[in-house]
Amino acid sequence: MFPHAMHEMAQQHVAEQPRIGVFICHCGHNISAYLDVPALVESARGLPHVVLVQDSLFTCSDAGLSQIRTAVAERTLNRVVVASCTPRTHEPLFQATCEEAGLNRYLFEFVNIRDQCSWVHMQERERATQKATDLIRMGVAKAALLEPLEEAELVVQPAAAVIGAGMAGMTAALSLARRGFAVTLLEREREVGGLLRRLDRLYPTGASAQALVEHYAAEVGNQPHIEILTLAEVRGVSGHIGDYLLDVRLGAPGAHSRVSVPAGVIIVATGAEELKPAGRYGYGEDPRVITQQELEHLLSDDRLDQPARNTHDAPGITLHSVRSVLMIQCVGAREESRSYCGRTCCLTAMKNAILLKERDPKTEVHVLYRDIEVHGTHFEDYYAQARDTGIIFTRFSPAEPPQIDAGERRAIVFDELLGTRLGIPFDLLVLSTPMVPRPGSRELAQMLKVPVDEHGFFLEAHVKLRPLDFATDGVYLCGSAHWPAHLDETITQAYGAAARAATILSKDKIRASGVVAHVDEYLCRGCERCAGVCEYAAIDLVAFQAPRDPGTLPAGPLSFSPEGSPAPERLVARVNPVLCKGCGACSVVCPTDAMQAGSFTSRQITAMVQAALGD
Amino acid sequence: MEPFQPRIVAFACNWCSYAGADLAGVSRIQYPPTTRVIRVMCSGRVSPMFILEALRAGADGVLITGCHLGDCHYISGNEKALHNVDTARSLIKLLGIEPRRLRLEWISAAEGARFAKVISEFTEQVRGLGANPLRSLAVGNLHRETTVAGLSPADPARAGPPAFITAE
Repeated sequence: MFPHAMHEMAQQHVAEQPRIGVFICHCGHNISAYLDVPALVESARGLPHVVLVQDSLFTCSDAGLSQIRTAVAERTLNRVVVASCTPRTHEPLFQATCEEAGLNRYLFEFVNIRDQCSWVHMQERERATQKATDLIRMGVAKAALLEPLEEAELVVQPAAAVIGAGMAGMTAALSLARRGFAVTLLEREREVGGLLRRLDRLYPTGASAQALVEHYAAEVGNQPHIEILTLAEVRGVSGHIGDYLLDVRLGAPGAHSRVSVPAGVIIVATGAEELKPAGRYGYGEDPRVITQQELEHLLSDDRLDQPARNTHDAPGITLHSVRSVLMIQCVGAREESRSYCGRTCCLTAMKNAILLKERDPKTEVHVLYRDIEVHGTHFEDYYAQARDTGIIFTRFSPAEPPQIDAGERRAIVFDELLGTRLGIPFDLLVLSTPMVPRPGSRELAQMLKVPVDEHGFFLEAHVKLRPLDFATDGVYLCGSAHWPAHLDETITQAYGAAARAATILSKDKIRASGVVAHVDEYLCRGCERCAGVCEYAAIDLVAFQAPRDPGTLPAGPLSFSPEGSPAPERLVARVNPVLCKGCGACSVVCPTDAMQAGSFTSRQITAMVQAALGD
Repeated sequence: MEPFQPRIVAFACNWCSYAGADLAGVSRIQYPPTTRVIRVMCSGRVSPMFILEALRAGADGVLITGCHLGDCHYISGNEKALHNVDTARSLIKLLGIEPRRLRLEWISAAEGARFAKVISEFTEQVRGLGANPLRSLAVGNLHRETTVAGLSPADPARAGPPAFITAE
């Protein structure tokens, strides 16, 4: 007999017989109105290894969970199958229930008969019930083959790394520092402050942006738990939740100075920047065509009591001779190449228009818009205030954008509401552009192994249920790096991201997922194909170690040596359960089936395939 | 006569396509109940062996779904899936099985409607191809359906084995 067959027999002999409990949920009417639940119960009773089938109105309720715990004890179940909604929301709950009942949480299998059955086959009771019957048979077939899995313990470094020291990064850093955690705050520019360094005033209060950012910079500087590194750019990230290591370059690009920053968690707060619309409406050619940020530079420069510190965005003109200002909204936004709304540009335009009017009420200010985005209570009032100061708002259609006569400094626009073409002269043309992702965002995303969306902004784990998390554990997100945000949203998100990070930092140890690959060293030939496909460098080759007591395990010609003589050395794969993410790519390329993905083994999946077809 | 209802085995990855399938459910988008979904963590887990086994066991169609290229939660798992499905397709062609019974689709977590559409389209595609000729040879079907000898040749569900497989 081949060694691996003997091994298999021994395993089955050692393993206990599965005793499976199946719990079928009605989910109120969500399942029972569309599937014949009593028929599902009946057919589940006939499945191999099933000793108990129960149904309940809401399996996730206290009563439902209690039913499971009682059944595990009374019927000595060693596998639990729940047929209800979806594992993506409720698997952790049922796994925890199994643990409370004394079962390893990986001896649990979820069957989706709602989101992928009753809800999508509402008019076909018989065929939908047949599908649910098949799905339950598949779940039971897999459950019979499930094995208990161990969860590795990860020690958590009690420190956070915050990438970006704008308002988002500084708020998050302060929030964590005040809780007593050490924070390394990394900033790519020469000084902290981010986008607000380039602004003049803030909407809707008119408060000074510089005063606010100076205040935060001072707080951060005085906070003993925060270490600030400026001219610091992240060039590499390794490790995992609880134990990250950031490779940071210090100094200007091209500098050779590097430092390694350890962290238990990482917060991405890299923000966004204003789009410079080259080639649109004469921007880049005509010095009198500028962006809103460049206008803010002019406004603060013009104000004698607070000269502009900001050396960026300095156009080659002054406000001195400007009598009429034209603003165009949605430049580079809400169009085919960039479909989103910039969110902040309407209010920015109103803010700067009001400041122009306050500076000199005789200035003509005209805003050409497609739609006005002023949600909530304060912003609607702000819009009313802007109109009251004499700012004229004219609506145009994207099908007929304003035409600029550069020579005469005049805009021709078809007023949608008047139904007439207007000619509007201007001394200064200000283009309102959306925020766009900063250069280097995609590289940083790849270093962190987090996704970006189609526009290049960082993509959260779930838009509603996990808006500040990444699917990658231990990395969090806040501010305009996520989506162009108003300042209050940025600050709120920063508090939220810090809170999310603190749930990890406040623990000494956390448990990694047990769904990782493992090697049967008796089947492994050391061919290294698995290591070759692993994205996480989680597999290495080590010398096979014969077990100290060979009597407890089956013999094989390559591993057992009589009378304690050393076994011939051979290399076998070894998985680092902390680095392994459980994707299973290694299992596919293994020629001997030695490498298996926990809870997604070849035998389990094959059993499900066969069960699906009644084989 | 009742139309032939194909039996499709589908693999969906936890992070994208399985989530997309759930979204179709949350949105109550209806689609034919022809498919049995097997959840995997990554489309890259789907070995050509699973695909072959599904067809051997009598599946009329096999569908692999995963994240869009560039978006894989495990970086390149879907690229591995692409390669594995290509390998499987070459193998099934060699075996005389219609390669259009195998399909690979990228479906994101946000694409509930697209998941439903893919199921509907693939169902029709497989319906047009008729039953998997291996169905009658699969062990499980001997319990459920009549034996090969009792099959009516006119019935589209009983297509019979391909011409080059002769009975011994």
